[in-house]
Amino acid sequence: MADIFDTYVMAGAWDEMFERPGVPRRQYQALFAALQPLGARELRSRADQLARMFTDRGVTFDYAGVERPFPLDLVPRVIDAAEWDLVTRGVRQRIRALEAFLDDVYGDRQVFHDGVVPWRLLHSSPHYHRVAHGWRPPNGVRIHVGGTDLIRDERGVLHVLEDNVRTPSGVSYVLENRLAMTRTLPTLFSEQLVRPVEEYPARLLAALRGAAPAGVADPTVVLLTPGVYNAAYFEHALLARLMGIELVEGRDLVCENNRLYMITTYGRRLVHVVYRRVDDDFLDPLHFRGDSVLGCPGVVNAARAGNVTIANGVGNGIADDKLIYTYVPDLIGYYLGETPLLPNVETYRLDEPDVRDQVLADADQLVLKPVDGAGGKGIVIGPLATPDQLAAVREAVLQDPRGWIAQQPVLLSTSPTLVGERPAPRHIDLRPFAVNDGDDVWLLPGGLTRVALPEGELVVNSSRGGGSKDTWVLGEVCAPVAASALVAASAAVAPGSAQWSPSRTAAWEGEQ
Amino acid sequence: MTRPLLSRIAETLYWIGRYVERADDTARLLDVSVHRMLDEPDTCRSLYAVLGLSPAAPAGAQAVIRRLAYDLDEPASIAASVRSARDSARGVREVLSSEVWECLNVTWHHLSKLETLPPHGYLAFVRERAALFFGLADATMSRDDCWRFIVLGRSLERVDMTTRLLGVHLTSDWRLLLQASGADESFTRTHGSRDGAVLEFLLLDRLFPRSVVYSLLTAEKCLRALAPDTARAGVADSAQAAIGRVRAGLEYSDLDELSDRLPELLGTLQEACAAAGEAITKRFFQRREAMAWVGA
Repeated sequence: MADIFDTYVMAGAWDEMFERPGVPRRQYQALFAALQPLGARELRSRADQLARMFTDRGVTFDYAGVERPFPLDLVPRVIDAAEWDLVTRGVRQRIRALEAFLDDVYGDRQVFHDGVVPWRLLHSSPHYHRVAHGWRPPNGVRIHVGGTDLIRDERGVLHVLEDNVRTPSGVSYVLENRLAMTRTLPTLFSEQLVRPVEEYPARLLAALRGAAPAGVADPTVVLLTPGVYNAAYFEHALLARLMGIELVEGRDLVCENNRLYMITTYGRRLVHVVYRRVDDDFLDPLHFRGDSVLGCPGVVNAARAGNVTIANGVGNGIADDKLIYTYVPDLIGYYLGETPLLPNVETYRLDEPDVRDQVLADADQLVLKPVDGAGGKGIVIGPLATPDQLAAVREAVLQDPRGWIAQQPVLLSTSPTLVGERPAPRHIDLRPFAVNDGDDVWLLPGGLTRVALPEGELVVNSSRGGGSKDTWVLGEVCAPVAASALVAASAAVAPGSAQWSPSRTAAWEGEQ
Repeated sequence: MTRPLLSRIAETLYWIGRYVERADDTARLLDVSVHRMLDEPDTCRSLYAVLGLSPAAPAGAQAVIRRLAYDLDEPASIAASVRSARDSARGVREVLSSEVWECLNVTWHHLSKLETLPPHGYLAFVRERAALFFGLADATMSRDDCWRFIVLGRSLERVDMTTRLLGVHLTSDWRLLLQASGADESFTRTHGSRDGAVLEFLLLDRLFPRSVVYSLLTAEKCLRALAPDTARAGVADSAQAAIGRVRAGLEYSDLDELSDRLPELLGTLQEACAAAGEAITKRFFQRREAMAWVGA
């Protein structure tokens, strides 16, 4: 029987698994050896088993009101310890810079006074909320959970594509994927040490408890969901169950005298921390959208009064505004005095007239994104767009230059993904999850690798026919050969990362 | 020490218990009827009457099965009950054990594939899955308020379905009555073939878990645990009071008069169930007052 990777043709992008045809990268060798002898039929039956397990367990996301399974691919994505160390430090650095930025935005606004970020960005950001001004959360944390989207370019260098510091989702699939993989292909895990992911709920709960109002020894934490029709409802229910906290909807909550209560069978119970998965706009009809029934009237006032903590913070959206994204490398220097460990994708600010004209002329070679769109919404990929789409986006940019950014297209790296009977290259990205408990920013080892299932599709998102992969961070420190190649590659783009060397301590830090 | 339970969740659990029991009872009822005389218009009419449906619908075994088992647009059908149970469970997944949730989810996904089977296969599947659901709830859930609300819903639904069944009486076919209540063999072992004792068994037996008295006792037990009485006299909880009263009346009725007093007894039972349902809603399932914020 032919081996399953024999027919694998690399797609011209950086391939995560193969250095060149038939030769797996070092971190993939054990996986390759384990998968290679499986026949196509065996692989298919395992994949079917995996799919059935997801349907039975109800691992779904809702798109346009319909529950859909979120397909898990059988071939994991592997990250070696050295590279993970870089990711950990890079993401941690970014979260710390964004925390400092938010604290500044809703405090002294020194960053604007010093001219690092122009004032006009503050007032024109749709997610800057005046109500949050002068409001400092109990332990100073606003980004309790962050999701930083990373992509790898043609040369193998990881870039930050966007920051998500409002209500990043996807972590439930990381947990479910690992569970499903260990049940379906247990032998894969016996070959090498894969760092576990199951401590996430405990970490998150500890961070949420740590964010409770001062003087509350045993805080009541709840998870606020928009309800069963929300795309991420599955995740909300899973996290609530794993943390052993109540999953509440807006209608379960009531505010009185600036205190927040949930309505229980024994009457009202005080709530101290709300891990909300409801956007700012819908959180409180008194301050935001008056027609929202998803939130609870009065919760923002209760939080301002210091009686309840809202996580993530209100008004965080200004920090993951995509125009602010272009300033993050500067913010890292300004607040932390460090050079960025993970570079941005080359991005153009369209509120500068010269740049805008140039971008409009070259729109067919660039990627245009709305600054506040999440999950690939509104993105126009120039090289793939029709003339009509290009005309429409040019018009939209002229109407609202502040509302758009342009980026150089990046050919995302590919990973072997089971399509039909055989693995074929498909584009992937990576969303590591960071939890900030006030003392330390902890990264869940791995994070969510999303894969674009249609051939050649570059927008990797569940609403565009996406799936995911189990993401493995290997436990042992890799040989310096692979690591130094990486350093050399990233040095070309970000000079700062050349100083980096694999650090055993850093790699173990997160596991305590 | 049990944790307070969100009112919305308590209400949903209560209804999950009711939906699963309803699917189970309906499946039992259909299963015994389908082999006999569904082709007789009388039987169809009484079946519809048990489930509180308009009798105008087409008769015939096929039509009845389609309407009462497969039809998702018919709220009283088995498929609709299973769907409601599963959708409700999806909204309270975090308090159910994974196994309980998966049981309902898998049942729902499998159900539509079984319509091609002979009706008995479909109905047997529903009964088995209902048993699995309650078995898993018993085996994997703490005896806290979550579990109690499920059991409370199940008990009240069981009383409701049994009284309806007895009320319509299905042309005095005692065997069918027993089979539809899953009491056939248990009855025979207890009373032999004395048909006279059927009413007594279904209403008053203290050991048979599907009898009315047994279900009422279970409901009372749940309510007492949910709302413990601290007063020295009287029962403060009106749901508990309603059920307790009708249960006592039933238990102390004269066995010889059961048959004659049946319509009256069933009427009281139905009223008590309705009153208990309302009291439970009022006490445990409070909601935030509807609030509207215009142009905030």
